[in-house]
Amino acid sequence: MAMNYNAKDEVDGGPPCAPGGAAKTRRPDNTAFKQQRLPAWQPILTAGTVLPTFFIIGLIFIPIGIGIFVTSNNIREIEIDYTGTEPSSPCNKCLSPNVTSCFCTINFTLEESFEGNVFMYYGLSNFYQNHRRYVKSRDDSQLNGDPSALLNPSKECEPYRRSEDKPIAPCGAIANSMFNDTLELFLVTNESDLTLTPITLKKKGIAWWTDKNVKFRNPPGAGSLEEKFKDTTKPVNWHQPVYKLDTDEDNNGFINEDFIVWMRTAALPTFRKLYRLIERRSDLHPTLPAGQYYLNITYNYPVHSFDGRKRMILSTISWMGGKNPFLGIAYITIGSISFLLGVVLLVINHKYRNSSNTADITI
Amino acid sequence: MEQELAVAEEPASPRRRRPRRRRWEGRTRTVRSNLQPSLGAEDPAAGASKGERLLTRGCVQHLADNRLKTTKYTLLSFLPKNLFEQFHRLANVYFVFIALLNFVPAVNAFQPGLALAPVLFILAVTAIKDLWEDYSRHRSDHEINHLGCLVFSREEKKYVNRYWKEIRVGDFVHLRCNEIIPADILLLSSSDPDGLCHIETANLDGETNLKQRQVVRGFSELVSEFNPLTFTSVIECEKPNNDLSRFRGCIIHSNGERAGLHKENLLLRGCTIRNTEAVAGIVIYAGHETKALLNNSGPRYKRSQLERQMNCDVLWCVLLLVFMSLFSAVGHGLWVWRYQEKKALFDVPESDGSSLSPATAAVYSFLTMIIVLQVLIPVSLYVSIEIVKLCQVYFINQDIELYDEETDSQLQCRALNITEDLGQIQYIFSDKTGTLTENKMVFRRCTVSGIEYSHDANAQRLARYQEVDSEEEEVISRVGTVSQRGSIGSHQSIWITHRNQSIKTHRRTSSRAEAKRASMLSKHTAFSSPMEKDITPDPKLLEKVSECDRFLAIASHQEHPLAHLSPELSDVFDFFIALTICNTVVVTSPDQPRQKVRVRLELKSPVKTIEDFLRRFTPSRQASGYSNTGNLATNKSSHKSGSSVLSSLSQDSMLLKLEERLGQAASTLAPNGYSSQAGQAEGWAPEGTGEQKHLGEQKQGLKPDLELRYEAESPDEAALVYAARAYSCTLVHRLQNQVSVELPHLGRLTFELLHTLGFDSIRKRMSVVIRHPLTDEINVYTKGADSVVMDLLLPCSSDDTRGRHQKKIRSRTQHYLNLYAVEGLRTLCIAKRVLSKEEYACWLQGHIEAESSVNNREELLFQSAIRLETNLHLLGATGIEDRLQDGVPETIAKLRQAGLQIWVLTGDKQETAINIAYACKLLDHGEEVITLNAESQEACAALLDQCLHYVRSKGSQSSPENTESDVSMGFSFNPASTSPASGPSPSLVIDGRSLAYALEKSLEDKFLFLAKQCRSVLCCRSTPLQKSMVVKLVRSKLKAMTLAIGDGANDVSMIQVADVGVGISGQEGMQAVMASDFAVPRFRYLERLLIVHGHWCYSRLANMVLYFFYKNTMFVGLLFWFQFYCGFSASAMIDQWYLIFFNLLFSSLPQLVTGVLDKDVPANMLLKEPQLYKSGQNMEEYRPRAFWLNMVDAAFQSLVCFFIPYLAYYDSDVDVFTWGTPVTAIALLTFLLHLGIETKTWTWLNWLACGFSTFLFFSVALIYNTSCATCYPPSNPYWTMQTLLGDPLFYLTCLIAPVSALLPRLFFKALLGSLFPTQLQMGRRLAKKFPSKYTTPKETSTQAQPPGDPETAFSGRRTMGPSESLPKDRATQVSPLPQQLACSPEASGEPSALDTNMPLKDDTLLEGLGTQVPGSSVPREAVSEECPGHSNGKPTSESPAAPLSSLFNLPSFSSLNWISSLSLASGLGSVLQLSRGSLQMDKQDSPPQPDQDLHSLQRQVTDYF
Repeated sequence: MAMNYNAKDEVDGGPPCAPGGAAKTRRPDNTAFKQQRLPAWQPILTAGTVLPTFFIIGLIFIPIGIGIFVTSNNIREIEIDYTGTEPSSPCNKCLSPNVTSCFCTINFTLEESFEGNVFMYYGLSNFYQNHRRYVKSRDDSQLNGDPSALLNPSKECEPYRRSEDKPIAPCGAIANSMFNDTLELFLVTNESDLTLTPITLKKKGIAWWTDKNVKFRNPPGAGSLEEKFKDTTKPVNWHQPVYKLDTDEDNNGFINEDFIVWMRTAALPTFRKLYRLIERRSDLHPTLPAGQYYLNITYNYPVHSFDGRKRMILSTISWMGGKNPFLGIAYITIGSISFLLGVVLLVINHKYRNSSNTADITI
Repeated sequence: MEQELAVAEEPASPRRRRPRRRRWEGRTRTVRSNLQPSLGAEDPAAGASKGERLLTRGCVQHLADNRLKTTKYTLLSFLPKNLFEQFHRLANVYFVFIALLNFVPAVNAFQPGLALAPVLFILAVTAIKDLWEDYSRHRSDHEINHLGCLVFSREEKKYVNRYWKEIRVGDFVHLRCNEIIPADILLLSSSDPDGLCHIETANLDGETNLKQRQVVRGFSELVSEFNPLTFTSVIECEKPNNDLSRFRGCIIHSNGERAGLHKENLLLRGCTIRNTEAVAGIVIYAGHETKALLNNSGPRYKRSQLERQMNCDVLWCVLLLVFMSLFSAVGHGLWVWRYQEKKALFDVPESDGSSLSPATAAVYSFLTMIIVLQVLIPVSLYVSIEIVKLCQVYFINQDIELYDEETDSQLQCRALNITEDLGQIQYIFSDKTGTLTENKMVFRRCTVSGIEYSHDANAQRLARYQEVDSEEEEVISRVGTVSQRGSIGSHQSIWITHRNQSIKTHRRTSSRAEAKRASMLSKHTAFSSPMEKDITPDPKLLEKVSECDRFLAIASHQEHPLAHLSPELSDVFDFFIALTICNTVVVTSPDQPRQKVRVRLELKSPVKTIEDFLRRFTPSRQASGYSNTGNLATNKSSHKSGSSVLSSLSQDSMLLKLEERLGQAASTLAPNGYSSQAGQAEGWAPEGTGEQKHLGEQKQGLKPDLELRYEAESPDEAALVYAARAYSCTLVHRLQNQVSVELPHLGRLTFELLHTLGFDSIRKRMSVVIRHPLTDEINVYTKGADSVVMDLLLPCSSDDTRGRHQKKIRSRTQHYLNLYAVEGLRTLCIAKRVLSKEEYACWLQGHIEAESSVNNREELLFQSAIRLETNLHLLGATGIEDRLQDGVPETIAKLRQAGLQIWVLTGDKQETAINIAYACKLLDHGEEVITLNAESQEACAALLDQCLHYVRSKGSQSSPENTESDVSMGFSFNPASTSPASGPSPSLVIDGRSLAYALEKSLEDKFLFLAKQCRSVLCCRSTPLQKSMVVKLVRSKLKAMTLAIGDGANDVSMIQVADVGVGISGQEGMQAVMASDFAVPRFRYLERLLIVHGHWCYSRLANMVLYFFYKNTMFVGLLFWFQFYCGFSASAMIDQWYLIFFNLLFSSLPQLVTGVLDKDVPANMLLKEPQLYKSGQNMEEYRPRAFWLNMVDAAFQSLVCFFIPYLAYYDSDVDVFTWGTPVTAIALLTFLLHLGIETKTWTWLNWLACGFSTFLFFSVALIYNTSCATCYPPSNPYWTMQTLLGDPLFYLTCLIAPVSALLPRLFFKALLGSLFPTQLQMGRRLAKKFPSKYTTPKETSTQAQPPGDPETAFSGRRTMGPSESLPKDRATQVSPLPQQLACSPEASGEPSALDTNMPLKDDTLLEGLGTQVPGSSVPREAVSEECPGHSNGKPTSESPAAPLSSLFNLPSFSSLNWISSLSLASGLGSVLQLSRGSLQMDKQDSPPQPDQDLHSLQRQVTDYF
């Protein structure tokens, strides 16, 4: 864009020369500000001035887009839907409402090995965690271990506030609807005899550090967790009370990371949540070598009723997070469009200039 | 207790606090002295001290004391009262409703307390503003209340110092010179022996001349000093009212005698005592009941057009909001219905466990959506607009180019909220006198007794002044400012700030203009600059005057001195006497500032009672012959002896005594002559013999001229007095009942002033009744508008020679009057009437009755004046020039180029008005002028039809374009709308009577249609009411934006009716300014005010409002799209804090800065190319299309800004608010970038504001996200921002989303800018390409700019193609129609319908023209009238004019004949030819049209890049 600072204005904008010193006239000060003569950049939007912008945008965006696209493509990701709506699915049996504690196993093959840390997600679709009343239905003070809130949860938790005359801990609809399937991953090391090597799934380190250490706390006081929660009752849908989420003291009660992750309500109805970490063992071996895997599922979580889907996702990550083909494509597209528009403007500018040149001659 | 009432008010209402509320018309107030003890019974409290008395008399409290309390609130009442007032705003109620809705748990969207925040914020801002204003009011009240003044104390029996606020009605107040009057006071005593007192009312009405007030009759005669203790009278007067010019009442003395009171007896609060050492009076109205305060209305509130349009769009937003909410509600209902069955895990039942029915859920969702989407209704829009307008007002006030050095005043905005209306004006209605002209009256020429005195030397002198003026301006301004500072500073220190701020800022403007010039010579005077004072007399007339004077000096001791004079000389003499005394000029001497020349003269008060009259006049009737000799005898004796018994007696005796004595002496001496004799005796006393006298005269002849200053109420009066002085007929002093005139030979003549019938706009004349000292006759001198006076003349029979002579004189005078009018002079007729004693007695009786009547006194006085002013004898007429103000023609040309239609509405004569119109280029000599003079309704209708027909046919004959067509966004300026070059539209001149007909319901449409076609319209002889009717008509029927500008009281109604009222803070007082929205010192400032500031304000505000709508819609769009992904549950992904404070804090500053500072086109470019103003008139910036395009763009942008993050985060583990925060950030960045595209000038403030906005958002977010781990449910954004800042994805989305959202806008803007640039854009490019040309400050004559040299800088540049030839002055438009069209009755050829009673006038007029044309050196005064015939006779070469004869059906030839039968038709023809020749020259060197310039420029500009 064309820019010119009006040097003249700056000169003019000097302080006024008041001859009389304390002269009292109503003459306004002759300052650049008061006289609205501040030096200014005055861009004028025409094809000629704007087209560099378009080219610059194009030139910047396309490389970025390519970079993102490549990065995103390097990310290995596999997604297994285990909702079991298809009759052929091994989990189809679990859909029937009268089956309790249903187990099913899905086998899948990794075509390529997964290097580096691998993240294991569970994904839900058509699950409206962002529903207004759902989002509200929690008590952060209780989750922070506030003893009074523990026994007297916030009204926002209604109708999951009290049960059997005891306060629910953790209260609210979010907690009540916590995802409770258990996923286990086995590598088929020997296909002939189906030797299964369990993959170590790390439970900790999946939640935000601040959530685990600041936002979520177990109630204070001495004694075991069970004692701390003794005056409370479990959420209606839960099979186990909160202090039995895990055996590890550091990952139990409110600071259970699965719980913490669940409590961070997803933005969109299709979402995934980090379930486990599969840490890289060494540089030599891929974290998840290519091959056949079994996914053992303890199928508890009913999503079929509202047309939801459940998935298990394994993914490696890059500097920009998980696999995301969109952003790369978007950058490339916008960059190209911008470049194209730039060309259009260039043509217009060129053509227009030609015509005016000839016109000039005639004058 | 009853008697204890020092002051009682009959209809008193005990609970009255605010005086204005009362409505007891016709009732009166009674005021008694506070000092009087009870009338009958002794009251124990009577003797108590004043303070105690105040305590005890509880029931008196209802009378307002003098405490000024303009504050609205007290400490306690502030909150409730202020809130109550704020809730009168619908928007506030709405927002509070929304906030309260949020407290309902089922529908709440935010934390309830938080939702209140924006409303509270806005309420608080307003409240703080109100509080501050109220506090400053309180402070100034306090200051005023604690001023001191002397009040008579009953206990101490003397005047003691008290605060103003302690003054009560009925108190006696003592005031000294230069003190400000604390309350409305009835003048009871004055140190002036005549019982006079002068006050300056500048604080009240801005007039700086002194006004005379007189002591109540009955008190002026008091011998000893006025003693309040003896005051036992009761005063009955009107209820407090706001009429400054009226006061009625009577005083009832203890003996039952009644005397009338009128405004001459009342000293108004806020005025200053001048010229009088001390006065005393009784307080009549105090505090808020004083007229000054009752007159003081608050600032005006108007709603601008843009705001009205905006409100309409706000309604659209409301509709949109309702639609979105409804959509959402339905969606939610369906969603609930769908998922409830299925026992979805995320479905939250009601608190009692039951599930919500879809319908209920939908209703809840609807309400919640309204809360969530409330942002769509811009809560901060109104506040922002107020702020922006305030800043705009500030900048307008600060503009140095609108500062008038002469008057030391800058432009004032009195209405704060219609700045942008200035940019949309389509019609300007202007007053003429004082607005277009200086209202500085300069005597130019006169005619006496039918003989014209052209005063050529005087004209040359004036021409010289004009030249010198411009050159000396610089020097004078510097010298002047230094020297005037002293005096003005001291005045200002006296000034006390009343509530009326405007008065304060204006008070000295009128005098300062003069002060500057006058300070060169001596101390300042009220009106008259040297130019007006130094009149070069016409030698012929001077000769006659001195002859007359000499003759009279010799003949003065004869019986009938005047009778021996030839009638002509006698007329000359009377003429000058009339000029000198028929006025209300106050003579002051500059040695003692504002001290009148003190010549102690003993005279009785004017004739006030019948007995008085009888006493004074009856004896003279009995012995009239004798008395004359007696009179002369005494005259002679006084001449000789130097002092007479009488005069010596009277010098040290009091008036009453003198009267008694005279009464006794009446039978022996000549009592009827004593006044003149006494006067002369006084005047002559020191001189003694003739030789001595002559010497004294010579001394005096030089001295008084220098010393005397005249302060007149109107500049005309002063001009006439100065004119008379130039002829050695000097007004020496004036007291209430006598006037002294100094003549070189005759010496000092003292006229007994019997009555002064002041000027009023209905009578249009003023008269004085005097007794002539030489002839002892009672004479009436009348001075007035010629139209009135000519009708009042004594009908003269054509039989005798005298009568014929008279008739001839009259017709000649009329002829000269017309001539003067053609020259643009203001004309006044001077006439005289000699009253016989009987006539006078007869009239006096009625007059005294009228004067003393309380009810409809004005009406009776009016009737009385009419009775007096008949059968006049014409003496002569004067022509006074009212010079055009600086730069008026240029300004008018510029304004017209800017597409403004200018109408001049004036009360002046048609000829004068037309002439001024030519002078200020309102009319062009080349263009047609349609003159509408109709004598009846039918005639007017017929004329209108004809004119319409003519205009239409002309329009169709030339190109089909319409002047009203839109300016298309084409490559070039649309010639149809920019200049009338292709088909000049005629101008319309209409007189008052025709206007009255044309404004009738049946004709107004036609009139308006005709006027619309006309280039300019001139309404002459229009009344104030007509002025306002015209404005109203245009405003309502044409739906046009109107601006009225005027300076006088007669423009007030028009100023009030117009959309924008502009007052000129000139010399006719403050009334126009008080009624106006903007006050400018000069007409020429209108150009910059409209073309620069108006345009800027409009464009800024329009863009800001559009941006506001865009911003809110875009923001709400984000939330709305989200509803599709959250089951329409009215959930928001944007944190409630961001949602609520986004508009208020994060995104508000940049738009404010842009709204205040953005300049789409630099000022100088706007001034050079006034056409650019049309964008505002056509509402190009903010029209419905722009609004909806904007909304569509907002929708698009919100889609982009929503879906890019959506897709980027699709199926990820992001939570609601971690995803919402980038969306917010994206929105903010998009807003800023969008604003960046819209901003035309980037100053450091813009950069700062944008940077600050971004910084503020991120820092607030960071702090907010760190502050509390468990607060702010439900979002609980702990550490969100921090996490995001570590996420590359965040930056990537924040980069791509705003860019892709704005790409289309930028592209289309660039495309439009290249392919279809608007005029504004071309203007900007032009300004940018040649910065040196357009950024150099405009040289105005008054500005002391650094001597930049734009010319040389400019000429030194490389060639710049055609645009270089941009004309410097495009004021002269080409208009190829040379002939003028007159539709006067004669020309129109409709004699049947019209009265043809004009011949005499027109005859003489034409005659005048004929004589003028050959002799006149200025052919430009082209004579405009009645020439339809000439257009036939002469070939109209280039004009596409319709053949006029076809339009004016054949009878017009009769009028042609009529004209050509006059001998001067040929003269007319030659003038026409001349003007056409000059016109053709005009055409040849007419500059290239602006559109061509810009057109070519536009090509160059594209070259450039």
